[in-house]
Amino acid sequence: MDLNYSAEHEAFRLQVRAFLDANLPPDLRRKVCGHLRLAKDDYVRWHRIVAAQGWAAPGWPVEHGGTGWNAVQRHIWDDECALAGAPQILPFGVNMVAPVIMAFGTDEQKARYLPRILHCEDWWCQGYSEPGAGSDLASLKTTAVRDGDEYVVNGQKTWTTLAQHADMIFCLVRTDPAARKQEGISFLLIDMKSPGITVRPIIMLDEEHEVNEVFFDNVRVPAANLVGKEHQGWTYAKYLLGHERTGIAAVGRSKRELRFLKELAMKQQQGGRPLLDDPQLAAKVAQVEIELMALEVTVLRTIAQEDKAPGPQASMLKVKGTEVQQLLTELMVEAAGPAALPFDTDYLEGRREHAAGGDNALSPALVADTAPLAAYYFNYRKTSIYGGSNEIQKTIIARMILGL
Amino acid sequence: MDFELKEEQRQVADALRRWIERDYTFEDRKRIVHSPSGTSPEAWKTLVELGMTALPVPEAQGGFGGTAADLFGVMQELGRGLVVEPYFATVLGARFLTLAGGQEALLERVAAGELKLACALGEAQSRHDLADIAAKATGPADAAAVSGVKTVVEHGGQADVFIVSARSHGGQRERDGISLLLVEADTSGLAIRDGRTIDGRRAAAITFDHAPATPLGMPGAGWPILEAAADYGTALLCAEAVGAMDALFAVTLDYLKTRKQFGVPIGNFQALQHRMADMFIHLEQARSMAMLAAAKVDSPDDGERRRVVSAAKARVGEAARFVGQQAVQLHGGMGVTDELPASHWFKRLTAIGLTLGDVDHHVRRFTEQPGFRTA
Ligand SMILES: Cc1cc2nc3c(=O)[nH]c(=O)nc-3n(C[C@H](O)[C@H](O)[C@H](O)COP(=O)(O)OP(=O)(O)OC[C@H]3O[C@@H](n4cnc5c(N)ncnc54)[C@H](O)[C@@H]3O)c2cc1C
Repeated sequence: MDLNYSAEHEAFRLQVRAFLDANLPPDLRRKVCGHLRLAKDDYVRWHRIVAAQGWAAPGWPVEHGGTGWNAVQRHIWDDECALAGAPQILPFGVNMVAPVIMAFGTDEQKARYLPRILHCEDWWCQGYSEPGAGSDLASLKTTAVRDGDEYVVNGQKTWTTLAQHADMIFCLVRTDPAARKQEGISFLLIDMKSPGITVRPIIMLDEEHEVNEVFFDNVRVPAANLVGKEHQGWTYAKYLLGHERTGIAAVGRSKRELRFLKELAMKQQQGGRPLLDDPQLAAKVAQVEIELMALEVTVLRTIAQEDKAPGPQASMLKVKGTEVQQLLTELMVEAAGPAALPFDTDYLEGRREHAAGGDNALSPALVADTAPLAAYYFNYRKTSIYGGSNEIQKTIIARMILGL
Repeated sequence: MDFELKEEQRQVADALRRWIERDYTFEDRKRIVHSPSGTSPEAWKTLVELGMTALPVPEAQGGFGGTAADLFGVMQELGRGLVVEPYFATVLGARFLTLAGGQEALLERVAAGELKLACALGEAQSRHDLADIAAKATGPADAAAVSGVKTVVEHGGQADVFIVSARSHGGQRERDGISLLLVEADTSGLAIRDGRTIDGRRAAAITFDHAPATPLGMPGAGWPILEAAADYGTALLCAEAVGAMDALFAVTLDYLKTRKQFGVPIGNFQALQHRMADMFIHLEQARSMAMLAAAKVDSPDDGERRRVVSAAKARVGEAARFVGQQAVQLHGGMGVTDELPASHWFKRLTAIGLTLGDVDHHVRRFTEQPGFRTA
């Protein structure tokens, strides 16, 4: 047993750090570390900077523009990006639809979409969930009926993350209504500019426009946009879901947030002393730190089984990762105390500047960085719901790992 | 012993509830929250007509002399209805006036609904410790003017008169040397910045710069009043939280019975049944403690008052966190939307948790009471 990174890995880490130091724009770093909201351009800008370096899709095979990094290197990359406060490279293109296209798509689909995904020329979104099909995804009702060289799609998707920016959506659609639930589903790539598509915002509890409803009204989709075989979409969807869940552990981000929490708790005064001196709060911070340490090692143990497709262990990482994330946001609000009460969307959206230690609308003497914390806490309740709720993940663990 | 609301208490609460269900629906509330003042003059008028502003005021000043127990049902309904009007701030202010004495004229105007109060107690550094005061009381008799900055003053932008805590002498966290002062909202030397809070309410940052004031009670000896009034407010917040949890629990239970996945109502899944059972247990424990706090906050025994109120706020805070978070989780994606009321109860419960002392603060205060070590 040796739980240290090798010298080569440490050297790689330094290389990544040097890249981030030189290339991560300070305004993006400030937004991410300060829990402000990112605009479309923030994501695109960062993605293209990384793509120019050739690192936008570390998990892809080299022939398609991947890096050839091993799993530990990929982990180090994710870790360092998150610690540095880089925006996330959104998973919908790179980590979700691309692996499916690579594994099951036609040569034309690969040639057309993969380079565009790599360089963020298309913004992708994920059209799985429907109003009646959440946890029970296979009960989806959106239909695609073959008509010559086209499919005609009708139905409604919901919770579609950032669809308001999207050029393309990958959808699960029902192509055989007579077949068993899982068997009549196909995987379609649909241009968001197609006539008959309507996107309607859903406003989240923190008043952010992050998800949408997407309506399909006789939308005509070229049959060439079918991925793999007709009626086999469920297999591809499951393949993809494994990819989605590993990222959700987000250890690097939690490490950054832990650091933020401690800084906040050192800055906040209680009885004239740093709040982190308070044994009650210190114990809670220590507990979440220990939980995060355990999670990191568990992630590394999973990674060490390189090349195995992400299996049901991913469910464990998702449950624990989101629990840690949520606890961190909760403790930030607790550490902020009454300073977390003011709610300032102008500040969150970057429409108003606050100098550090400066001009919070409600609490002039409070440091600006407490202002977004409650919104962040509220927003993060989603993490135990999306990507397959934590209850569903536990059922997967019980069934697939424990055989119950 | 009697754990039911008395007949009159029930009637008051029922009247309030009927009004909320008819005229203060979730849609009405949303409109009010996003209006420029964030409050509704019509709603205030109705609260006055229903006797809500007279309820806590002594009979001699034209009120009903209601106790905290009398207000229990009212606060519960306001929590259930997510009412954002400046009622709590005014009632808390009235408690200061009553405890300090000599403020009959103001109390009469409160009872008549002519006066809104706000309590400017917290400062940026004070967190949950209301004795941590940097604002200065100055001028003749140490209480003719006030200077300092008060933060997150609930409904400070909508009030006519402020009750302000300031220091006449002593170190920043000493209990000796605290003065309470009355400051008119339209006086000189005030800068009020109004904004929203996370639960859709209003609060203000107020800068006092030699603002003219009149003393409330004995200069330098305000702490006992401040502490007792804050305890009273805390007990009321516990009742409001129980109302909010009640409503949130009910909609969640309903959702578990109606939302179908895998061909059955999701309430069929044992994992969710047990969660719901845990929420129920939290809620009932919280209800018990909120009742106890309402019954004992008027106790002449200060030690008992402190002990019970802190126990209640700590227990209610735990329940509010659990019930709030789980209710959102059990609603799935719907739970994290703005359009569903569930998320708004969750946010109100979070705000109550940060107001007048969080769980840790009250657990600590509980352990500091004489007798904690011996009994
Ligand atoms: C912010 C956000 C972003 C999202 N982004 C996308 C996206 O981009 N694309 C997309 O397709 N979808 C997206 N989703 C949808 C997400 O995957 C679903 O919300 C999720 O699968 C849960 O479905 P539901 O909301 O219908 O909840 P439901 O399935 O109705 O679940 C309600 C509650 O019941 C529980 N439950 C359900 N079934 C069981 C069971 N068998 N046993 C125990 N408990 C159970 C759930 O865990 C939950 O607590 C997003 C959701 C959110 C909140």
